[in-house]
Amino acid sequence: MIVDKLHTGREWIDQRFPLTKFWHDHMSKYYAPKNFNFWYYFGSLALLMLAVQIVSGIFLTMNYKPAAGTAFESVEYIMRDVNWGWLIRYIHSTGASFFFVVVYLHMFRALIYGSYRRPRELLWLFGMVIFGLLMAEAFMGYLLPWGQMSFWGAQVIISLFGAIPYIGDDLALWIRGDFVVADATLNRFFSFHVIAFPLLLIGIVLFHVISLHSVGSSNPDGIEIKDKKNEKGIPLDGIPFHPYYTVKDIVGVAGFLFLFAAVIFYAPEMGGWFLEKDNFVPANPLKTPEHIAPLWYFTPFYAILRAVPDKFLGVMAMGASIAVLFLLPWLDRSPVKSIRYKGPIFKTAIALFVISFLGLGYLGTVAATPVATMFSRLFSIIYFAFFLLMPYYSKHDKTKQPPERVNYK
Amino acid sequence: MSADDVDHGKRRILTAAATVMGGIGAAYVATPFVLSMDPSARAQAAGAPVDVDISKLQNGQLMTVEWRGKPVWILRRTDEMIKQLEELSSLMRDPGSEELTQQPHYAKNDYRSINPEYMVMIGLCTHLGCAPTYRPDLAPEDLGKGWKGGFFCPCHGSKYDLAGRVYTGVPAPSNLVVPAYRFVTETRLLIGVDPEGVS
Amino acid sequence: MLLILPFNVAASGSGQSLDVAPIDIYDIESLQRGAENYANYCFNCHAISFMRFNRVAEDIGMTEDEVREKLMFTGAKYGDTMRIAMSKEDSEQWFGTIPPDLSVVSRSRGPNWLYTYLRSFYKDEERPWGVNNAIFKDVAMPHVLHELQGLQTAKYAARVGEDGNSHQFINGFELTEKGKLSPQEFDQFVADLVNFISYVGEPAKTTRLTLGKWVLGFLGIFFIITFLLKKEYWKDVH
Repeated sequence: MIVDKLHTGREWIDQRFPLTKFWHDHMSKYYAPKNFNFWYYFGSLALLMLAVQIVSGIFLTMNYKPAAGTAFESVEYIMRDVNWGWLIRYIHSTGASFFFVVVYLHMFRALIYGSYRRPRELLWLFGMVIFGLLMAEAFMGYLLPWGQMSFWGAQVIISLFGAIPYIGDDLALWIRGDFVVADATLNRFFSFHVIAFPLLLIGIVLFHVISLHSVGSSNPDGIEIKDKKNEKGIPLDGIPFHPYYTVKDIVGVAGFLFLFAAVIFYAPEMGGWFLEKDNFVPANPLKTPEHIAPLWYFTPFYAILRAVPDKFLGVMAMGASIAVLFLLPWLDRSPVKSIRYKGPIFKTAIALFVISFLGLGYLGTVAATPVATMFSRLFSIIYFAFFLLMPYYSKHDKTKQPPERVNYK
Repeated sequence: MSADDVDHGKRRILTAAATVMGGIGAAYVATPFVLSMDPSARAQAAGAPVDVDISKLQNGQLMTVEWRGKPVWILRRTDEMIKQLEELSSLMRDPGSEELTQQPHYAKNDYRSINPEYMVMIGLCTHLGCAPTYRPDLAPEDLGKGWKGGFFCPCHGSKYDLAGRVYTGVPAPSNLVVPAYRFVTETRLLIGVDPEGVS
Repeated sequence: MLLILPFNVAASGSGQSLDVAPIDIYDIESLQRGAENYANYCFNCHAISFMRFNRVAEDIGMTEDEVREKLMFTGAKYGDTMRIAMSKEDSEQWFGTIPPDLSVVSRSRGPNWLYTYLRSFYKDEERPWGVNNAIFKDVAMPHVLHELQGLQTAKYAARVGEDGNSHQFINGFELTEKGKLSPQEFDQFVADLVNFISYVGEPAKTTRLTLGKWVLGFLGIFFIITFLLKKEYWKDVH
């Protein structure tokens, strides 16, 4: 009886809204390759993290006060006086770091399997826009606790904009809304962080998923499953996303939440990597901390910035290190998509890239000694070489023939 | 894939188990978020009971203190005032304080207080929340010859007697609210907690 | 009287090594002693304004009367935050700086730093209060615990620095003036105090650690069930 009523209810909606069609197109009749592996969890996990940050953020906003005089104490108010405030805060601060872990692994998957290749270039571009928005969102969020790191990190990064010739100083002034990072800056960063950028993020994530579903997912073998369909038009190597990937992604979520909870409950500060010690000191515009470093997820790019001896060119190099990623679909000229069928040149190149990226990440956290700077320069060169030399080495690499059908055991 | 080989029973059980656990998990996760919206320690501290020294309160005098953001009146009634309460009962909408939400049970009596000499009530009109004025004067021009003292709300003309009981024929529907309170000593009140031993 | 060289843990900002603070946040008696120590020696100048008296009582097992008697001196209410009576103007005038609020100092400095700092004051005639501190050079704070510890003089040694030159550094203290407490008693006093300040830094810590077990346990079981579910459905896929 109740089931009948539900069916009638569904029909009523379907006559007015494409509910069932949506379910078919994107879930029960959306065919994804059956050979997804571990690297394919991170898309759905990224979506999970977006939801987690938004929900925890909404509740933090109920008690946080975005004014220079009261921001720091409002965070401690949340940690102590608000029922369960400490948990919501740790979810959000740990969540920011985990979001970047997931996104970097998600991007790495694209790198090794050529997920950015035609016809998925737009998917990749949307993803890169999301990455840029996410970095901005995290940067602005970090100012909000108004600790010493918040303040001085923002001061340093905004003054980078001041390095742009002619318009730099006015631009920095406009961004800050004051002559130094001040209450005006905090309030507008709050507005961006809570409303503007989350809305943009949600929008571009939607476009990202739409452009994926328009073309269909790639897979670890890098071959197009839509090339081989059965008489019903269903890809031979495809399986409906629901129930197979809904049920698989839930396992990914469970495992991920276990790790997430382990950090939240047992190591929310992560030794100063997720919650920096200096940020437990209220912002003091007159006293710079000994050691200003951005949060860990920015450090590779920060290291590239510092590697260049010129202020403006350093900013350019840092920007270029992100901009070059946008070009990836057109830099890769290999006849195959996936690392599984690429040759030794690519495998060496990507190994060097990973070492350099991690190396830069580490170097971004330490003081700029002569030795550290030397390594930063070396790693920066390798980083850019991976991309800029790709049109050449991807053409001359010794590739293998990809299979006709996906590998699945 | 042969349809006969599918163990539907097992799938149902596992799906049910996962769904139930997921539901429980979701409820557990939602709980701290929902509870975080309850009054924080700061709100509770601000709403804490208020200590009032009434030793200097004169006969017929009204004092006002703040509790939970609201004005609380403490009126020291004269013997005259106490006697007149009974006479006015017939003019009241709820003379016996039958509307139980307006006062604690220990104030459900003829004088709506623990001790007839001291009246404690929230100074906000039960119509739309304005603060009425204290009119102890007898038979003033604007309130008529029958006025034996009480409270008059200037917003829409509601009238109350000196026990906070509302007259009939005025917009306000109920008697003035009596908060929880207790006598710590004969000259000290604590607004916001019931007397000891009382639930 | 010679003090044994502290066990090296990590370098503080000035290059001195830090002792390990022997604290246990589950030691309720220690926290109660630490709260009293704080009230008697620190609370005049250092507020812990993110804590409330009633919360401290609840967390470390003191009654309202005990808290009122031992911790509340300024006429505050029981639910109030733990502020101080001294005004900012007065403190600037008397100390040249405003004694910082210590609510989260255990999270910015760490318990080891605090434990070492409070035991590293030494005689220095050139400073306004006659003392300096081995791990916070030229600190504006007087040696508040003087009457308990007594007064130390610093012992120096030389070390070659990165620049190739020889530098003097403090490698121990000698207790030249005794205080009310023996060195062991004093260390215990400071440990209790640092324990309390660590608790103040994150009052929800014990709740967090306790709850974590249950959350991980639940998620572990949930993972297993969802994994079995996945395996069952994926039997369909060949």
